[in-house]
Parts: sequence; C-alpha cells; structure tokens
Amino acid sequence: MIHFVILISRQGKVRLTKWYSPYSQKERTKVIRELSGMILTRGPKLCNFVEWKGYKVVYRRYASLYFCMCIDADDNELEILEIIHHFVEILDRYFGSVCELDLIFNFHKAYYILDEILIAGELQESSKKTVARLIAAQDSLVETAKEQASSISNMIAQATK
Amino acid sequence: MNPFSSGTRLRDMIRAIRACKTAAEERAVVRKECAAIRAAISENDQDYRHRNLAKLMFIHMLGYPTHFGQMECLKLIASAGFPEKRIGYLGLMLLLDERQEVLMLVTNSLKQDLNHSNQYIVGLALCALGNICSAEMARDLAPEVERLLQTRDPNIRKKAALCSIRIIRKVPDLAENFMGPAASLLKEKHHGVLIAGVQLCTDLCKASTDALEYLRKNCTEGLVRILRDVSNSPYAPEYDIAGITDPFLHIRALRLMRMLGQGDADSSEYMNDILAQVATKTESNKNAGNAILYECVETIMGIEATSGLRVLAINILGRFLSNRDNNIRYVALNMLMKAVTVDFQAVQRHRTTILECVKDSDASIRKRALELVFLLVNDNNVKSLTKELIDYLEVSDQDFKGDLTAKICSIVEKFSQEKLWYIDQMFKVLSLAGNYVKDDVWHALIVMISNAPDLQGYSVRSLYKAFQTSNEQESLVRVTVWCIGEYGEMLVNNVGVLEMEEPMTVTESDAVDVVEVALKRHSSDIKTRAMSLVALLKISSRFPPTSERIREIVMQHKENVELELQQRSIEFNSIIQRHQNIKSSLVERMPVLDESTYIGKRVGSSQATLPADKSSRPTSGSPGASLKLPNGVAKPPPAPLVDLLDLSSDDVPAPTSSATDFLHDLLGGDLMSPSSSGGAGTDILMDLLSIGSPSAPTDVSIRNTISSNQGNAGEPKTAPASVMDLLDGLPSNSSLPGDKNPIYPSITAFESSTLKVTFSFTKQPGKPQNTMIQATFTNLSSNTYTDFIFQAAVPKFIQLRLDPASSSTLPASGNGTITQMLSVTNSQHGQKALAMRLRIVYKVNDQDKMEQGQINNFPPGL
Repeated sequence: MIHFVILISRQGKVRLTKWYSPYSQKERTKVIRELSGMILTRGPKLCNFVEWKGYKVVYRRYASLYFCMCIDADDNELEILEIIHHFVEILDRYFGSVCELDLIFNFHKAYYILDEILIAGELQESSKKTVARLIAAQDSLVETAKEQASSISNMIAQATK
Repeated sequence: MNPFSSGTRLRDMIRAIRACKTAAEERAVVRKECAAIRAAISENDQDYRHRNLAKLMFIHMLGYPTHFGQMECLKLIASAGFPEKRIGYLGLMLLLDERQEVLMLVTNSLKQDLNHSNQYIVGLALCALGNICSAEMARDLAPEVERLLQTRDPNIRKKAALCSIRIIRKVPDLAENFMGPAASLLKEKHHGVLIAGVQLCTDLCKASTDALEYLRKNCTEGLVRILRDVSNSPYAPEYDIAGITDPFLHIRALRLMRMLGQGDADSSEYMNDILAQVATKTESNKNAGNAILYECVETIMGIEATSGLRVLAINILGRFLSNRDNNIRYVALNMLMKAVTVDFQAVQRHRTTILECVKDSDASIRKRALELVFLLVNDNNVKSLTKELIDYLEVSDQDFKGDLTAKICSIVEKFSQEKLWYIDQMFKVLSLAGNYVKDDVWHALIVMISNAPDLQGYSVRSLYKAFQTSNEQESLVRVTVWCIGEYGEMLVNNVGVLEMEEPMTVTESDAVDVVEVALKRHSSDIKTRAMSLVALLKISSRFPPTSERIREIVMQHKENVELELQQRSIEFNSIIQRHQNIKSSLVERMPVLDESTYIGKRVGSSQATLPADKSSRPTSGSPGASLKLPNGVAKPPPAPLVDLLDLSSDDVPAPTSSATDFLHDLLGGDLMSPSSSGGAGTDILMDLLSIGSPSAPTDVSIRNTISSNQGNAGEPKTAPASVMDLLDGLPSNSSLPGDKNPIYPSITAFESSTLKVTFSFTKQPGKPQNTMIQATFTNLSSNTYTDFIFQAAVPKFIQLRLDPASSSTLPASGNGTITQMLSVTNSQHGQKALAMRLRIVYKVNDQDKMEQGQINNFPPGL
C-alpha cells in the first residue's frame, strides 16, 4: 500500500501531503524533513527509488515539484511511477497545463482530485475521464449550492434592509 | 458583524503569506489570521466557516499548530450542505489522524452520511472512512460499508470496496464478512470497481487463510479471464496508457494470481498460459510495459510455475539487468534476489554484471547489488568476489564503506577455508577501512590469530608493515598493538617466516616505536591507548633492554585525565620498576582463546542470512562442535575467555597450554591443576569460616605451571601481597566448559593420623552442575569415636546439602566406616572448581576432639 504522498517544491516547501498510515504531527514533520533532505539532493540521472527505513520511496520530478510516494518494500515501484504520472495528467487536464502556482492557490481542489484517485493507499480509478467527470459533477454541486446561498442571502438582506 | 472577523478571502491570505520576505513576517501574518479564525470559531460564525477551514488547512500545511480547528471540521461535517461537508471531510482527513479521540465523535455523522440519498455525499463519507478510520469506527460502520458494496452506482461500489480494505486491515476478524461480496465484485465490467475488487481480494487473502482458500476455489477462473480480456482487448482510449489497455488492472490481477497460486499446483497450472502470453506479448519500451513485466516475473517466481515459464522469466530479468535505464536495473536486482532461491545457477551467470552494479554511481543500485552479491557467494567464487569487493572498498564513498565493510567481513568469516587467506583479507580490510570495522570482527580476528601459531609470525610482520602505511585506521592500530605485544619476539627474531614473505629486519626499538606512535597519536581513543600500554608492558618483559625506555613512555601518562590510563600507567610503572621477578609471569603469552566458545557466542547474536543450500562452514580446524549453522542460532555457551579480550580486566596471566591445539580448547583445555583452584578456594573460604591464616600459599592467579614455551619450570610461588592488591579479584581460569568426561576418580579428601575421609563422585547426566558425593569416614586410631559429626563449608557460589550420616559412631582401626551423602551444586560450573572445607568433631574417651582441613584435590570439571 501507499503509506503517504508528499509534494515538495525544489526549495523544500510542502505543497501537499496525504497520510494513509498513522503518523502523529511530530512524526510527520520529521518524516518530511528527512525525505526532503534525501530526495532533493539526488542527482538527475539516478533511479527514482530511495530506500528509507525499510520502506521504499518512489519520487519523480515534474518541473519544480517532486511527487513522492512511500510504499512497502514488496510493492511494484514501476507501477507507482505510473500512478504518479496518472495523477499529474489528471491535474493537468483539470487545471489546464498545471503549474506549481495552481497547486498552491487551489490546494483543496488538488486534494479532492487525489481523493478520487487513491483511497486507503490503493488505486481507485484508472480512467482519467471518469475522474474528471466525477470532479466536475461535484464542482457543479458546489456551484449550485453557492448560487442558492447567495440568492437567499440577497433576499434576506433585502428583506431586512 | 464583527469587524475583526475574517474578511480576507483564501486567495488573499495565500498571497499575503507568499509575499512575506522573512520567517518572522510570515509568522506575524499567520498569527493574525489564526486570531481572526479563533474569534470566528468562538462566535460560531456560520457564513465563513467554510473559508476559515480552508485557510486553516493552508496554515497547517505550512507547519503551524491548528488543533483549535478540529471541532470546526466536525461542525461542518454535521451541516446539511454538500460544499460544507466536502470541506469538512477534507479538513478532517488533513488535521486529524486516527489516533486522536476527537475522531470518534464523527462516527455518528459518518453513519448518517453513509445512508444519505445524495451519492456524492455517500462517496465523501466512504472516502473519509477509508482514509483515516480507527479500529472501533471500522467495527461500528462495517455493516454499512458491506451493504454499500452492492449499490447500483459503480462509483460508490468502488469506494466501498477500498473502504473495506481499510476495515479489514484494522479489524482482520471481519474478513469473513467480505469474502462473498468481494468474489462477486470480480464479475464486474467497470474497471474502477474491478481494480478495487481485485485489490480487496488480495487484502482478504493476506488477512485470513479461509478467505484465501475460498477465493482460490471460486475465483481463479474469473481472475484468469479478467487478465485475458484486458490483455486481448482492443484499443480503448479511456484506459490506454502507452499503448497498453489499463496496465493497472494487469498488475493488480497478476498480483492476486501470485497470492492464489502460491503453493498450489492446480491453480498455478491454470495460470500458466496467460502468464506466458503476458510475458511474451507485452512490449517493454515504455515504463507501463515494464511494470507489467516486472509483476509478471514476480508472479512466475512466486507460484509453482513450469520450468519453461521460469526460463522465460529469467530471460526477462537478464534483459532488464542490461538495460541502461537505472530504474529498470534496480528493479532487476530486486527481482534477482527472489530468483536466487528459485534458480541459483541462472543468477550466478549474471555475477559479473551484478558486480559491476556494486560500483555503480547510484546509491540505491549499489545497495541492492551488494545484498545480491552476498547471496551469491559460495565456496567457488568467494576468493575472486572478495578480491573485487576489497578493490572497490578502496574507492567507494564514505557512506557506502560501512555497509561494504560489514558485508566483506561476514563473507570472509563465513567462507574462509584457509587461515592464511582469512588473515590476509582481514588485514587488507583493516588497512582500507579499519574505522568502519566493528569490534566483534577484529576480536574474532585476534581469536583466529591466537589459534594459528604458525601464522603468528607472519601476522605480526604483516601488521607491522601495514601500520607503516595506514596507521589512521583505528582497528588496525589496535590489532597491531596487541599482536606486537603478544608476539613481539616473533617480529624481531623473524620467527616462522613463510615462503612468500620478503625478508625484513625489525629491531626491538622499532617495535617499541610502533606502539609508542599508537599511544601518542592524536586520534587514538582510550581503548587503543589502554591496549598500547598493556602491549608496552608485555614488550618490556620480552625485550628486557627496552624496559627503561618503556618505563619512561609509560610514566608520561601518570597524570592522564583518563582514570583508566592513569591507573595503568602507575601500576605498570610499579611493576617494571619493582617487580621484575614476577613481571615475566604476569605477561606470559596468553592462552589460546577458545574459538568455538567465542564464535558460538557471536553466531548466536549475528544475523547473517545465507542461502539455504550453503553447507555451514566453520573456520577450518575447529571440530565444529558448537559452531554449526551460521544461519541458525547457536545457543551461546558461557564464554569466560571473552573476558580475556575485554581490556578493562587485562592481563590475566593464566597458565599457558602446552599445545595450541583446537581440540584442546574444545574440551575446555583443563589447564588449571586442581591445586591452584584450591588456592582460589582457600581465599574464598577464608571469610566463610574465618579460620586463621590460610594453609596454602595464596597465589590467586599468578600460578606458574609448567609451560613448555617459557621453560620457567621452577618459578617461585611466592606472591607478594602488594601484587595481589594490584591484580585483585581476577577469576582463576579453572576448568572450562566442554569437559565431557563423566567419570570422576574418588579422592582422599582428608587424611590425618587419626582419620581418613574419602569422597567418591557421581554426576547425573544432563545436570552438570550437580554432583553427588559419597563421603566415607574411616577411623585410623585404635579408639572408637562417638558423636561423630561432619561439617562442611563451601564458597558462596556452591550450594551444599548434607544428608544424614549412616551412623554417629565410628569403630576403631577401620573396622567400620560412616558414610554420608552430600549433594553439591556448583552455580559456576565450568568456571570455578569445587572447594570445600571440612570440620569434624567427635568424642574420644569422653574428650572432645576436632579436626579440620581443606579439600584441594577435587577432580576438575565438577
């Protein structure tokens, strides 16, 4: 299973973390610090797998972001590379040529997308179209709710004026 | 409205934080925002709760504490609208983890949401449950999730399946409930549900063997069909990745096949065809294809595959290994480790490539390759492999040296057939990477050297040479210093030169130079310096002309800050100056260290994993009694001699064995004559019975028994009390473990003009510490003794039980005897011999008489 997902920038800033195994807050900061140190210093030609504390961490660099996923020692590393790529492509389709800034200002949307791809540390959906459709449906639900709310508050505001 | 309530939008806050130039600025902004959010929370502000939680999540990601927001998540989850629930659940998953008690409060909301009419809300609840539920929540909500496994909406079904995985991981007992639904999930058409279903089945198999059986019986066919369909399916744009339809489904299905086929020939046979098809058909120019091939090879290795299939798998591995892509090579090395158990020969063929990988620039690949090399070592290739590895040790990175050194040392130890080779390799390793060598490794080396008398000269000369070039390696220095101390005369007099050695002359003062350098070196630590001092003492005895110089060197440390060094310095100075007569006996050659004891102890604590087909190979010569099975756990026998090597209690000048023979060691080398053990016993017993001055001279452990090496047969046994003070409390090395002789001769324990006591011994098999003694008392006088009472005293480590005597009257002139049974338990059996004092009172002609004495002549090994 995937134990956690971390997105770090080249400067070591955390852009997204998702934990599928129990780690306390202190442990999380420690893990992030350790892994940032290990991964950010690796050269470009080296393989994408790092062994850490009995687990394997698979990472890949996309522009200025490192996508890291920690897996058990007996999992298929190449498949995790594919899952990372799957995630990035869906983000790309959603945001339209996604860049790091998109993920900073819309981090909650990135989380929603991740929740449609992974649950309990396992892959949920292999079709990018389906994921996009689901996200779109939920976004429209939110939109309608917002519209309703604003129209109601308009009415109340006018009523109480 | 509160003017201080959070008016800023999420976007603006993020922008403000990013605009901060320093950490202090950022902290200020965050503090202001947190304050506003806290105010809003305490006012129970409904409108901006959504936004506030989003802001709080961002602040949390920056690393600031945000526990005050946890209840907000709960309130949002409990609200009715979808947007609130969405952000509430997200906040829950981000700000909390399963170990917090607050999580339990969500259980009720979750239950309601799992039954909601809006499918997306059900989805949210399942997602949250699947990501962070605790064991109690899992148990509570499992029935709901089970029910949801059968809803119409595939989106919900797949989420429910993954949620079930987490439930099973947290509460394995519930696995049985999910067996049936999981099996039926495999009949789905929707890929998402299928993937989730296959994964659920995999986890079920891991959680319960019943489930494994059930799925094996019912689902193998379906699984093979799934794989066949997806492998043969035409181009499907929705699932296509790099020309392959849904590689994820391929991989998951292959993994489940591995679980089902493991150990079961029938299912494995069923899978053979499809595995062959996938292995041959899949293209390997893109990562997706390689991922599938990797999983396929793992599955082939895992199940009971046909040999043709195995050959196919090994070929794929070979291709991977020579691929230029680092990822592929890493994966290949990984796979090869598993292939070693399956087909050793095939992996051996790739040995050279693997050795190349040990030298790769990528750290992960180097590590994998080194482990693989370790598995491949066998008697044939050990020499060339070790040579390669040692050559590489010279140039490897610092962080890799530690691992590499440890591995080389264990290889050398496990596979050494000749001592000379072993010693050579170890010297090389010490010279190159002595600082990384662990203590027990060089201890073992010293044990080995002490057991190899013909190589001692060679060893000390090689070490001397190595020292000239690489004296910054700590372990090398220590071993050198010890050897020069012990075998210094071999160094100077060129004893035992082997043919290939170059001639070398070393003078006595050269030897002293070496030790002096070791002592004075800036980077030597306490242990090395302590060892050097000891070595100097030994040398001063072996080469008397150097005594004065050595004394000066030693005296330089008499005010050393370290207590250990100061003490040694002063004591040794005293020995050199004033106690020349006993000096040589103090620093005699050490007895041969009991190899089997020592190595047995190490094996018990080591964790070398060697391939199962390797025959255990102890170092040559040692009649493998306690050694066996390097990959098993040998119960460590008591190892008193290891203390010899423990340099805090140094210089135990025990009598040397005349022959440095292994067998001798194994049988415990009964080196101590019983009388000296009695000597020790006397000392101990003195306190017990406080009976005047000791009858025998108290030379605790400074005995000098006949030793052919030194030829000092007639050394005086006097032991000045001052020396005793210096060397107090040293255990006498009495009979050692391994004595197998169960027959003990009877002894005359005590004999005077009027009384004779004999002891005869029996031991029960399997209870070496207990001895039954039958004491026989004979009256040698012509008067009858009455009220005959026998008393005995033993040291603290022995327990004594006296049975009633046969009678209390002893007829005169040996016309009858009294017998009495004693039972003795020696808690330090093997380390200390029995000792006993006896006291006999009786009446003769109405006069009280008492006789007492001490028994020194117990047979060894009791």
